[in-house]
Amino acid sequence: MATQHSRSAARIMMAPAVFLLLVWMLVPLSMTLWFSVRSYLPLRGGDQGFVGLENFTRFVTSSAFWPAILTTLIIVGGVLLISIVFGILLAMLLDQPMWGQGVVRILVIAPFFVMPTVSALVWKNMFMDPVNGLFAHLWRFFGADPIVWLSDASVFSIIMIVSWQWLPFATLILLTAIQSLDSEQLEAAEMDGANPLARFAFITLPHLSRAITIVILIQTIFLLAVFAEIFVTTGGAFGTRTLTYLIYQRVLESQNVGLGSAGGVYAIILANIVAIFLMRIVGKNLDR
Amino acid sequence: MARAVTTQRKALNTTLAWIIGLLIFFPILWTILTSFKTEAEAIANPPVFLFFDWTLENYAVVQERSNYMRFLWNSVIIAGGSTILGVLIAVPAAWSMAFVPSRRTKDILLWMLSTKMLPAVGVLYPIYLLCIQLGVLDNRLALVVILMLINLPIIVWMLYTYFREIPGEILEAARMDGAGLKEEILYVLTPMAIPGIASTLLLNFILAWNEAFWTLNLTSVDAAPLTAFIASYSSPEGLFFAKLSAASTMAIAPILILGWFSQKQLVRGLTFGAVK
Repeated sequence: MATQHSRSAARIMMAPAVFLLLVWMLVPLSMTLWFSVRSYLPLRGGDQGFVGLENFTRFVTSSAFWPAILTTLIIVGGVLLISIVFGILLAMLLDQPMWGQGVVRILVIAPFFVMPTVSALVWKNMFMDPVNGLFAHLWRFFGADPIVWLSDASVFSIIMIVSWQWLPFATLILLTAIQSLDSEQLEAAEMDGANPLARFAFITLPHLSRAITIVILIQTIFLLAVFAEIFVTTGGAFGTRTLTYLIYQRVLESQNVGLGSAGGVYAIILANIVAIFLMRIVGKNLDR
Repeated sequence: MARAVTTQRKALNTTLAWIIGLLIFFPILWTILTSFKTEAEAIANPPVFLFFDWTLENYAVVQERSNYMRFLWNSVIIAGGSTILGVLIAVPAAWSMAFVPSRRTKDILLWMLSTKMLPAVGVLYPIYLLCIQLGVLDNRLALVVILMLINLPIIVWMLYTYFREIPGEILEAARMDGAGLKEEILYVLTPMAIPGIASTLLLNFILAWNEAFWTLNLTSVDAAPLTAFIASYSSPEGLFFAKLSAASTMAIAPILILGWFSQKQLVRGLTFGAVK
Protein backbone atom coordinates (compact mmCIF):
# COMPACT_ATOMS: atom_id res chain seq x y z
CA MET A 1 0.00 0.00 0.00
CA ALA A 2 2.87 2.32 0.71
CA THR A 3 4.11 4.39 -2.16
CA GLN A 4 7.73 4.88 -3.11
CA HIS A 5 7.41 8.41 -1.86
CA SER A 6 6.17 7.48 1.60
CA ARG A 7 8.83 4.79 1.84
CA SER A 8 11.70 7.18 1.42
CA ALA A 9 9.98 9.62 3.76
CA ALA A 10 9.70 6.82 6.30
CA ARG A 11 13.40 6.11 6.01
CA ILE A 12 14.25 9.75 6.64
CA MET A 13 11.98 9.84 9.67
CA MET A 14 13.65 6.80 11.13
CA ALA A 15 17.18 8.01 10.46
CA PRO A 16 17.80 10.23 13.53
CA ALA A 17 16.79 7.55 16.03
CA VAL A 18 18.71 4.81 14.25
CA PHE A 19 21.79 6.98 13.77
CA LEU A 20 21.88 8.14 17.40
CA LEU A 21 21.49 4.64 18.79
CA LEU A 22 24.12 3.33 16.40
CA VAL A 23 26.62 5.93 17.58
CA TRP A 24 25.60 5.40 21.20
CA MET A 25 26.24 1.69 20.84
CA LEU A 26 29.32 1.58 18.61
CA VAL A 27 31.50 4.37 19.98
CA PRO A 28 31.59 3.38 23.67
CA LEU A 29 31.60 -0.30 22.82
CA SER A 30 34.60 -0.06 20.53
CA MET A 31 36.37 2.11 23.13
CA THR A 32 35.75 -0.55 25.77
CA LEU A 33 37.09 -3.22 23.43
CA TRP A 34 40.12 -1.06 22.66
CA PHE A 35 40.91 -0.39 26.33
CA SER A 36 40.38 -4.04 27.22
CA VAL A 37 43.46 -5.12 25.26
CA ARG A 38 45.70 -2.36 26.57
CA SER A 39 47.41 -1.65 29.84
CA TYR A 40 45.75 1.65 30.67
CA LEU A 41 46.18 3.30 34.07
CA PRO A 42 45.16 6.97 33.76
CA LEU A 43 46.72 7.98 37.08
CA ARG A 44 49.80 5.77 36.90
CA GLY A 45 51.49 6.23 33.54
CA GLY A 46 48.51 6.34 31.21
CA ASP A 47 48.32 4.07 28.20
CA GLN A 48 51.20 1.58 28.32
CA GLY A 49 50.46 -0.24 25.13
CA PHE A 50 48.96 -3.42 23.80
CA VAL A 51 48.88 -6.38 26.15
CA GLY A 52 46.79 -8.89 24.22
CA LEU A 53 44.34 -10.84 26.28
CA GLU A 54 46.22 -10.36 29.54
CA ASN A 55 43.47 -8.18 31.07
CA PHE A 56 40.90 -10.86 30.34
CA THR A 57 42.88 -13.60 32.06
CA ARG A 58 43.85 -11.32 34.93
CA PHE A 59 40.24 -10.31 35.51
CA VAL A 60 39.01 -13.88 35.85
CA THR A 61 42.00 -15.09 37.86
CA SER A 62 41.89 -12.24 40.39
CA SER A 63 40.77 -13.36 43.84
CA ALA A 64 37.77 -11.04 43.66
CA PHE A 65 36.29 -12.53 40.48
CA TRP A 66 34.62 -15.77 41.59
CA PRO A 67 33.21 -14.33 44.83
CA ALA A 68 31.75 -11.49 42.75
CA ILE A 69 30.16 -13.94 40.32
CA LEU A 70 28.78 -15.96 43.20
CA THR A 71 27.36 -12.83 44.89
CA THR A 72 25.82 -11.73 41.61
CA LEU A 73 24.16 -15.11 41.13
CA ILE A 74 22.87 -15.21 44.71
CA ILE A 75 21.44 -11.70 44.52
CA VAL A 76 19.87 -12.14 41.07
CA GLY A 77 18.58 -15.63 41.93
CA GLY A 78 17.31 -14.61 45.36
CA VAL A 79 15.42 -11.58 44.11
CA LEU A 80 13.97 -13.56 41.20
CA LEU A 81 12.79 -16.33 43.49
CA ILE A 82 11.18 -13.94 45.97
CA SER A 83 9.56 -11.71 43.37
CA ILE A 84 8.20 -14.59 41.25
CA VAL A 85 6.85 -16.75 44.10
CA PHE A 86 5.33 -13.90 46.08
CA GLY A 87 4.40 -12.11 42.87
CA ILE A 88 2.24 -15.06 41.75
CA LEU A 89 0.60 -15.39 45.18
CA LEU A 90 -0.03 -11.68 45.43
CA ALA A 91 -1.36 -11.42 41.89
CA MET A 92 -3.79 -14.26 42.57
CA LEU A 93 -4.94 -12.59 45.75
CA LEU A 94 -5.39 -9.20 44.09
CA ASP A 95 -7.40 -10.83 41.32
CA GLN A 96 -10.03 -11.94 43.85
CA PRO A 97 -13.09 -9.80 44.47
CA MET A 98 -12.56 -7.48 47.44
CA TRP A 99 -13.30 -4.02 48.77
CA GLY A 100 -10.84 -1.29 47.93
CA GLN A 101 -8.98 -3.27 45.27
CA GLY A 102 -7.74 -0.13 43.52
CA VAL A 103 -6.22 1.26 46.70
CA VAL A 104 -4.48 -2.01 47.57
CA ARG A 105 -3.01 -2.12 44.08
CA ILE A 106 -1.63 1.37 44.56
CA LEU A 107 -0.10 0.40 47.90
CA VAL A 108 1.54 -2.68 46.41
CA ILE A 109 2.95 -0.97 43.32
CA ALA A 110 4.31 2.10 45.15
CA PRO A 111 7.83 0.80 45.99
CA PHE A 112 8.65 0.49 42.31
CA PHE A 113 8.45 4.26 41.96
CA VAL A 114 10.84 4.99 44.81
CA MET A 115 14.26 5.96 43.53
CA PRO A 116 16.93 3.33 44.32
CA THR A 117 19.07 5.61 46.49
CA VAL A 118 16.07 6.48 48.66
CA SER A 119 14.89 2.92 49.17
CA ALA A 120 18.40 1.71 49.95
CA LEU A 121 19.04 4.47 52.50
CA VAL A 122 15.63 4.19 54.14
CA TRP A 123 16.09 0.46 54.62
CA LYS A 124 19.69 0.83 55.72
CA ASN A 125 18.97 3.42 58.39
CA MET A 126 15.39 3.33 59.53
CA PHE A 127 14.99 -0.45 59.43
CA MET A 128 18.38 -2.15 59.48
CA ASP A 129 20.36 0.18 61.73
CA PRO A 130 21.58 -2.05 64.57
CA VAL A 131 20.96 0.62 67.24
CA ASN A 132 18.01 2.75 66.16
CA GLY A 133 16.44 0.79 63.34
CA LEU A 134 12.91 -0.59 63.63
CA PHE A 135 14.19 -4.16 63.31
CA ALA A 136 16.54 -3.56 66.24
CA HIS A 137 13.62 -2.28 68.33
CA LEU A 138 11.60 -5.32 67.32
CA TRP A 139 14.41 -7.76 68.14
CA ARG A 140 14.98 -6.15 71.54
CA PHE A 141 11.24 -6.27 72.24
CA PHE A 142 11.45 -10.04 71.94
CA GLY A 143 14.59 -10.09 74.04
CA ALA A 144 16.96 -10.93 71.18
CA ASP A 145 20.20 -9.23 70.22
CA PRO A 146 19.68 -6.95 67.22
CA ILE A 147 21.27 -8.18 64.01
CA VAL A 148 23.89 -5.99 62.35
CA TRP A 149 22.11 -6.49 59.04
CA LEU A 150 24.41 -4.90 56.53
CA SER A 151 27.58 -6.56 57.77
CA ASP A 152 26.46 -9.86 59.30
CA ALA A 153 23.68 -10.65 56.82
CA SER A 154 24.82 -8.29 54.08
CA VAL A 155 23.86 -10.23 50.95
CA PHE A 156 20.51 -11.17 52.44
CA SER A 157 19.87 -7.51 53.29
CA ILE A 158 20.63 -6.40 49.74
CA ILE A 159 18.30 -9.12 48.44
CA MET A 160 15.56 -7.82 50.73
CA ILE A 161 15.98 -4.21 49.64
CA VAL A 162 16.07 -5.06 45.94
CA SER A 163 13.16 -7.52 46.26
CA TRP A 164 11.08 -4.81 47.86
CA GLN A 165 11.63 -2.73 44.73
CA TRP A 166 10.99 -5.50 42.20
CA LEU A 167 8.18 -7.51 43.79
CA PRO A 168 5.69 -4.78 42.74
CA PHE A 169 6.88 -5.00 39.15
CA ALA A 170 6.48 -8.79 39.04
CA THR A 171 3.10 -8.58 40.76
CA LEU A 172 1.80 -5.98 38.34
CA ILE A 173 2.85 -7.92 35.23
CA LEU A 174 1.53 -11.22 36.59
CA LEU A 175 -1.72 -9.57 37.66
CA THR A 176 -2.18 -8.22 34.15
CA ALA A 177 -1.61 -11.71 32.77
CA ILE A 178 -3.91 -13.38 35.31
CA GLN A 179 -6.74 -11.01 34.47
CA SER A 180 -6.75 -12.28 30.89
CA LEU A 181 -7.42 -15.82 32.19
CA ASP A 182 -10.83 -17.07 31.21
CA SER A 183 -12.76 -17.62 34.46
CA GLU A 184 -15.15 -20.02 32.74
CA GLN A 185 -12.27 -22.39 32.22
CA LEU A 186 -11.62 -22.38 35.96
CA GLU A 187 -15.30 -22.88 36.72
CA ALA A 188 -15.51 -25.82 34.35
CA ALA A 189 -12.51 -27.42 36.05
CA GLU A 190 -14.08 -26.80 39.42
CA MET A 191 -17.30 -28.50 38.35
CA ASP A 192 -15.30 -31.44 37.06
CA GLY A 193 -14.00 -31.82 40.59
CA ALA A 194 -10.50 -30.35 40.27
CA ASN A 195 -9.27 -29.11 43.67
CA PRO A 196 -7.75 -25.61 44.03
CA LEU A 197 -4.20 -26.95 43.87
CA ALA A 198 -4.90 -28.83 40.65
CA ARG A 199 -6.65 -25.80 39.17
CA PHE A 200 -3.58 -23.72 39.98
CA ALA A 201 -1.09 -26.25 38.63
CA PHE A 202 -2.92 -27.15 35.42
CA ILE A 203 -4.72 -23.95 34.45
CA THR A 204 -3.37 -20.82 36.15
CA LEU A 205 0.34 -21.68 36.07
CA PRO A 206 0.47 -22.71 32.39
CA HIS A 207 -1.48 -19.58 31.52
CA LEU A 208 1.11 -17.48 33.37
CA SER A 209 4.18 -19.22 31.97
CA ARG A 210 4.82 -16.62 29.28
CA ALA A 211 4.44 -13.70 31.66
CA ILE A 212 6.71 -15.44 34.17
CA THR A 213 9.38 -15.94 31.53
CA ILE A 214 9.19 -12.29 30.57
CA VAL A 215 9.42 -11.15 34.18
CA ILE A 216 12.46 -13.38 34.72
CA LEU A 217 14.26 -12.10 31.64
CA ILE A 218 13.54 -8.40 32.14
CA GLN A 219 14.35 -8.50 35.84
CA THR A 220 17.56 -10.42 35.21
CA ILE A 221 18.79 -7.70 32.89
CA PHE A 222 18.01 -4.99 35.45
CA LEU A 223 19.24 -7.03 38.41
CA LEU A 224 22.60 -7.78 36.81
CA ALA A 225 23.08 -4.01 36.73
CA VAL A 226 22.06 -3.28 40.35
CA PHE A 227 24.35 -0.50 41.50
CA ALA A 228 22.91 2.29 43.65
CA GLU A 229 21.58 -0.11 46.29
CA ILE A 230 25.11 -1.39 46.93
CA PHE A 231 26.78 1.98 46.43
CA VAL A 232 24.91 3.66 49.31
CA THR A 233 24.66 0.70 51.72
CA THR A 234 27.82 -1.38 51.91
CA GLY A 235 29.94 0.15 49.15
CA GLY A 236 30.75 -3.38 48.03
CA ALA A 237 32.09 -4.48 51.43
CA PHE A 238 31.01 -7.55 53.44
CA GLY A 239 30.76 -9.80 50.41
CA THR A 240 28.26 -7.68 48.49
CA ARG A 241 30.57 -6.95 45.57
CA THR A 242 28.73 -8.01 42.43
CA LEU A 243 30.24 -8.22 38.96
CA THR A 244 28.87 -4.77 38.12
CA TYR A 245 30.30 -3.30 41.31
CA LEU A 246 33.67 -5.01 40.80
CA ILE A 247 33.97 -3.47 37.35
CA TYR A 248 32.95 -0.08 38.70
CA GLN A 249 35.67 -0.31 41.36
CA ARG A 250 38.32 -1.36 38.86
CA VAL A 251 37.45 1.44 36.47
CA LEU A 252 36.67 4.45 38.64
CA GLU A 253 38.04 3.67 42.11
CA SER A 254 41.37 2.02 41.31
CA GLN A 255 41.50 3.56 37.82
CA ASN A 256 42.68 0.38 36.15
CA VAL A 257 40.81 0.97 32.94
CA GLY A 258 42.30 -1.92 30.95
CA LEU A 259 41.34 -4.48 33.56
CA GLY A 260 37.93 -2.93 34.17
CA SER A 261 37.17 -2.82 30.47
CA ALA A 262 37.95 -6.52 30.14
CA GLY A 263 35.45 -7.04 32.96
CA GLY A 264 33.01 -4.83 31.09
CA VAL A 265 33.30 -7.07 28.04
CA TYR A 266 32.43 -10.07 30.22
CA ALA A 267 29.40 -8.22 31.62
CA ILE A 268 28.24 -7.34 28.11
CA ILE A 269 28.52 -10.97 27.01
CA LEU A 270 26.63 -12.14 30.09
CA ALA A 271 23.81 -9.63 29.56
CA ASN A 272 23.59 -10.57 25.90
CA ILE A 273 23.06 -14.24 26.69
CA VAL A 274 19.97 -13.25 28.68
CA ALA A 275 18.94 -10.68 26.10
CA ILE A 276 18.89 -13.21 23.24
CA PHE A 277 16.16 -15.21 24.97
CA LEU A 278 14.15 -12.10 25.77
CA MET A 279 14.40 -10.82 22.22
CA ARG A 280 13.21 -14.13 20.84
CA ILE A 281 10.00 -13.92 22.87
CA VAL A 282 9.44 -10.25 22.09
CA GLY A 283 10.19 -10.90 18.41
CA LYS A 284 7.64 -13.71 18.22
CA ASN A 285 5.09 -11.36 19.67
CA LEU A 286 5.76 -8.84 16.90
CA ASP A 287 4.61 -11.26 14.22
CA ARG A 288 1.17 -11.66 15.64
CA MET B 1 -19.26 -13.13 34.14
CA ALA B 2 -17.51 -12.93 37.47
CA ARG B 3 -18.11 -15.73 39.87
CA ALA B 4 -20.48 -15.15 42.74
CA VAL B 5 -18.56 -15.01 45.98
CA THR B 6 -19.82 -15.16 49.51
CA THR B 7 -19.48 -12.02 51.60
CA GLN B 8 -17.43 -13.98 54.07
CA ARG B 9 -14.91 -14.95 51.43
CA LYS B 10 -14.78 -11.40 50.17
CA ALA B 11 -14.13 -10.09 53.67
CA LEU B 12 -11.29 -12.57 54.08
CA ASN B 13 -9.73 -11.53 50.76
CA THR B 14 -10.07 -7.90 51.67
CA THR B 15 -8.44 -8.30 55.09
CA LEU B 16 -5.54 -10.35 53.77
CA ALA B 17 -4.91 -8.06 50.80
CA TRP B 18 -5.01 -4.92 52.94
CA ILE B 19 -2.58 -6.37 55.48
CA ILE B 20 -0.10 -7.34 52.78
CA GLY B 21 -0.60 -4.08 50.91
CA LEU B 22 0.05 -2.03 54.03
CA LEU B 23 3.11 -4.13 54.90
CA ILE B 24 4.60 -3.51 51.47
CA PHE B 25 3.75 0.18 51.65
CA PHE B 26 4.93 0.52 55.24
CA PRO B 27 8.54 1.68 54.56
CA ILE B 28 7.18 4.58 52.51
CA LEU B 29 4.53 5.43 55.10
CA TRP B 30 7.11 5.24 57.87
CA THR B 31 9.46 7.55 55.96
CA ILE B 32 6.70 10.11 55.46
CA LEU B 33 5.67 9.95 59.14
CA THR B 34 9.25 10.19 60.37
CA SER B 35 9.83 13.28 58.29
CA PHE B 36 7.39 15.14 60.56
CA LYS B 37 9.05 14.06 63.82
CA THR B 38 11.88 15.57 65.81
CA GLU B 39 15.15 13.67 65.65
CA ALA B 40 14.61 12.33 69.17
CA GLU B 41 11.14 11.02 68.33
CA ALA B 42 12.45 9.52 65.10
CA ILE B 43 14.59 7.01 66.99
CA ALA B 44 12.32 6.60 70.02
CA ASN B 45 11.87 3.08 71.39
CA PRO B 46 9.07 2.04 71.41
CA PRO B 47 8.46 3.84 68.10
CA VAL B 48 5.72 6.45 67.97
CA PHE B 49 3.28 6.27 65.10
CA LEU B 50 0.86 9.17 65.03
CA PHE B 51 0.93 10.76 68.46
CA PHE B 52 3.95 12.99 68.32
CA ASP B 53 4.42 16.71 67.88
CA TRP B 54 4.11 17.14 64.14
CA THR B 55 6.74 19.55 62.88
CA LEU B 56 7.87 20.91 59.52
CA GLU B 57 11.27 21.79 60.90
CA ASN B 58 13.12 19.00 59.03
CA TYR B 59 11.93 20.26 55.69
CA ALA B 60 13.24 23.73 56.48
CA VAL B 61 16.56 22.36 57.67
CA VAL B 62 17.06 20.18 54.61
CA GLN B 63 16.30 23.04 52.26
CA GLU B 64 18.55 25.43 54.18
CA ARG B 65 21.49 23.10 54.60
CA SER B 66 21.64 21.52 51.18
CA ASN B 67 19.79 23.82 48.87
CA TYR B 68 17.28 21.14 48.01
CA MET B 69 15.69 23.26 45.30
CA ARG B 70 18.81 23.11 43.16
CA PHE B 71 18.80 19.30 43.15
CA LEU B 72 15.10 19.24 42.46
CA TRP B 73 15.57 21.62 39.56
CA ASN B 74 18.37 19.43 38.16
CA SER B 75 16.12 16.38 38.39
CA VAL B 76 13.33 18.19 36.59
CA ILE B 77 15.65 19.41 33.82
CA ILE B 78 17.39 16.07 33.35
CA ALA B 79 14.29 13.87 33.51
CA GLY B 80 12.06 16.29 31.62
CA GLY B 81 14.65 17.28 29.03
CA SER B 82 15.70 13.73 28.22
CA THR B 83 12.10 12.57 27.94
CA ILE B 84 10.94 15.38 25.67
CA LEU B 85 14.02 15.14 23.48
CA GLY B 86 13.60 11.38 23.28
CA VAL B 87 9.95 11.61 22.27
CA LEU B 88 10.73 14.24 19.62
CA ILE B 89 13.25 11.88 18.04
CA ALA B 90 11.18 8.74 18.54
CA VAL B 91 7.80 9.91 17.21
CA PRO B 92 8.84 10.06 13.55
CA ALA B 93 10.72 6.77 13.84
CA ALA B 94 7.84 4.95 15.52
CA TRP B 95 5.37 6.51 13.07
CA SER B 96 7.24 5.24 10.05
CA MET B 97 7.71 1.78 11.54
CA ALA B 98 4.06 1.45 12.45
CA PHE B 99 2.54 2.78 9.22
CA VAL B 100 5.14 2.12 6.55
CA PRO B 101 6.62 -1.16 7.73
CA SER B 102 9.27 -2.75 5.61
CA ARG B 103 10.93 -6.12 5.77
CA ARG B 104 13.56 -4.77 8.09
CA THR B 105 11.26 -3.01 10.55
CA LYS B 106 11.20 -5.93 12.94
CA ASP B 107 14.97 -6.30 12.88
CA ILE B 108 15.45 -2.59 13.52
CA LEU B 109 13.04 -2.68 16.47
CA LEU B 110 14.78 -5.67 17.98
CA TRP B 111 18.19 -4.15 17.41
CA MET B 112 17.08 -0.95 19.18
CA LEU B 113 15.92 -3.07 22.09
CA SER B 114 19.28 -4.81 22.20
CA THR B 115 21.07 -1.49 22.76
CA LYS B 116 18.96 -1.13 25.89
CA MET B 117 20.36 -4.42 27.16
CA LEU B 118 23.92 -3.14 27.04
CA PRO B 119 25.07 -3.08 30.69
CA ALA B 120 25.92 0.49 31.62
CA VAL B 121 28.98 -0.53 33.58
CA GLY B 122 30.47 -2.05 30.42
CA VAL B 123 30.72 1.38 28.84
CA LEU B 124 31.23 3.41 32.02
CA TYR B 125 34.79 4.46 31.33
CA PRO B 126 34.36 5.42 27.67
CA ILE B 127 31.42 7.65 28.55
CA TYR B 128 33.26 9.07 31.55
CA LEU B 129 36.31 9.80 29.40
CA LEU B 130 34.26 11.36 26.60
CA CYS B 131 32.56 13.61 29.15
CA ILE B 132 35.92 14.75 30.54
CA GLN B 133 37.36 15.42 27.11
CA LEU B 134 34.31 17.31 25.95
CA GLY B 135 34.34 19.21 29.24
CA VAL B 136 30.83 18.08 30.16
CA LEU B 137 31.42 16.05 33.29
CA ASP B 138 28.91 17.22 35.90
CA ASN B 139 26.89 18.92 33.18
CA ARG B 140 23.11 18.80 32.92
CA LEU B 141 23.02 18.81 29.14
CA ALA B 142 25.30 15.77 28.97
CA LEU B 143 22.98 13.87 31.30
CA VAL B 144 19.95 14.93 29.28
CA VAL B 145 21.55 13.43 26.18
CA ILE B 146 22.77 10.26 27.91
CA LEU B 147 19.46 9.50 29.63
CA MET B 148 17.66 10.25 26.38
CA LEU B 149 19.81 7.66 24.60
CA ILE B 150 19.30 5.12 27.39
CA ASN B 151 15.52 5.44 27.23
CA LEU B 152 15.18 5.98 23.48
CA PRO B 153 14.63 2.27 22.75
CA ILE B 154 11.80 2.09 25.29
CA ILE B 155 10.28 5.30 23.95
CA VAL B 156 10.35 4.05 20.36
CA TRP B 157 8.87 0.72 21.42
CA MET B 158 6.08 2.20 23.48
CA LEU B 159 5.11 4.65 20.76
CA TYR B 160 5.31 1.88 18.17
CA THR B 161 2.89 -0.36 20.09
CA TYR B 162 0.49 2.56 20.55
CA PHE B 163 0.70 3.71 16.93
CA ARG B 164 0.13 0.20 15.67
CA GLU B 165 -3.27 0.23 17.31
CA ILE B 166 -4.36 3.18 15.17
CA PRO B 167 -6.22 1.70 12.21
CA GLY B 168 -4.32 2.22 8.96
CA GLU B 169 -7.59 2.63 6.99
CA ILE B 170 -8.09 6.03 8.55
CA LEU B 171 -4.85 7.18 7.00
CA GLU B 172 -5.81 5.81 3.62
CA ALA B 173 -9.15 7.58 3.80
CA ALA B 174 -7.39 10.83 4.63
CA ARG B 175 -4.99 10.27 1.76
CA MET B 176 -7.86 9.77 -0.66
CA ASP B 177 -9.40 12.99 0.55
CA GLY B 178 -6.22 14.64 -0.63
CA ALA B 179 -4.29 14.94 2.60
CA GLY B 180 -0.53 15.12 2.16
CA LEU B 181 1.99 13.66 4.54
CA LYS B 182 2.01 16.84 6.60
CA GLU B 183 -1.77 17.07 6.96
CA GLU B 184 -1.91 13.37 7.65
CA ILE B 185 0.42 13.68 10.62
CA LEU B 186 -0.93 16.98 11.89
CA TYR B 187 -4.69 16.49 11.65
CA VAL B 188 -5.30 12.74 11.59
CA LEU B 189 -2.51 11.02 13.41
CA THR B 190 -1.60 13.46 16.17
CA PRO B 191 -5.04 13.67 17.81
CA MET B 192 -5.28 9.88 17.83
CA ALA B 193 -1.73 9.41 19.06
CA ILE B 194 -1.82 11.92 21.90
CA PRO B 195 -2.91 9.48 24.64
CA GLY B 196 -0.09 7.10 23.70
CA ILE B 197 2.44 9.90 23.58
CA ALA B 198 1.30 11.17 26.97
CA SER B 199 1.67 7.72 28.51
CA THR B 200 5.13 7.39 27.01
CA LEU B 201 6.17 10.78 28.36
CA LEU B 202 4.90 9.87 31.80
CA LEU B 203 6.60 6.50 32.14
CA ASN B 204 9.90 7.70 30.74
CA PHE B 205 9.91 10.75 32.96
CA ILE B 206 9.64 8.37 35.91
CA LEU B 207 12.40 6.10 34.63
CA ALA B 208 14.72 9.04 34.03
CA TRP B 209 13.89 10.60 37.41
CA ASN B 210 14.92 7.42 39.20
CA GLU B 211 17.96 6.59 37.07
CA ALA B 212 20.84 6.12 39.48
CA PHE B 213 23.89 4.85 37.63
CA TRP B 214 24.85 7.66 35.30
CA THR B 215 23.50 10.37 37.56
CA LEU B 216 25.68 9.10 40.42
CA ASN B 217 28.81 8.55 38.37
CA LEU B 218 28.76 11.59 36.10
CA THR B 219 27.77 14.35 38.50
CA SER B 220 29.33 15.93 41.56
CA VAL B 221 27.98 19.38 42.36
CA ASP B 222 26.49 21.44 39.55
CA ALA B 223 24.38 18.87 37.75
CA ALA B 224 23.61 16.53 40.66
CA PRO B 225 19.94 15.54 40.70
CA LEU B 226 17.94 14.14 43.63
CA THR B 227 19.39 10.62 43.30
CA ALA B 228 22.84 12.01 44.07
CA PHE B 229 21.47 14.37 46.72
CA ILE B 230 20.00 11.43 48.63
CA ALA B 231 23.18 9.40 48.18
CA SER B 232 25.04 12.16 50.04
CA TYR B 233 23.10 11.06 53.14
CA SER B 234 24.86 7.70 53.12
CA SER B 235 27.58 9.09 55.37
CA PRO B 236 25.56 10.57 58.23
CA GLU B 237 26.61 13.04 60.91
CA GLY B 238 24.82 12.79 64.23
CA LEU B 239 21.07 12.31 64.45
CA PHE B 240 19.63 12.44 60.99
CA PHE B 241 16.71 10.01 60.55
CA ALA B 242 14.08 12.73 60.46
CA LYS B 243 16.09 14.83 58.02
CA LEU B 244 16.82 11.82 55.84
CA SER B 245 13.09 11.12 55.84
CA ALA B 246 12.21 14.67 54.90
CA ALA B 247 14.72 14.67 52.06
CA SER B 248 13.50 11.25 50.89
CA THR B 249 9.85 12.27 51.03
CA MET B 250 10.56 15.32 48.90
CA ALA B 251 12.51 13.21 46.40
CA ILE B 252 9.85 10.54 45.93
CA ALA B 253 6.56 12.38 46.44
CA PRO B 254 6.19 13.86 42.94
CA ILE B 255 7.06 10.57 41.26
CA LEU B 256 4.79 8.47 43.50
CA ILE B 257 1.86 10.59 42.43
CA LEU B 258 2.80 10.39 38.75
CA GLY B 259 3.49 6.69 39.13
CA TRP B 260 0.02 5.91 40.32
CA PHE B 261 -1.33 7.28 37.06
CA SER B 262 1.02 5.19 34.98
CA GLN B 263 0.43 1.63 36.24
CA LYS B 264 -1.04 0.37 32.99
CA GLN B 265 1.62 2.01 30.83
CA LEU B 266 4.27 0.50 33.05
CA VAL B 267 3.27 -3.01 32.01
CA ARG B 268 3.26 -2.15 28.34
CA GLY B 269 6.39 -0.03 28.46
CA LEU B 270 8.61 -2.38 30.38
CA THR B 271 7.57 -5.62 28.71
CA PHE B 272 7.90 -4.10 25.23
CA GLY B 273 4.34 -4.96 24.38
CA ALA B 274 4.78 -8.63 25.23
CA VAL B 275 2.26 -8.43 28.09
CA LYS B 276 -0.76 -6.22 27.73
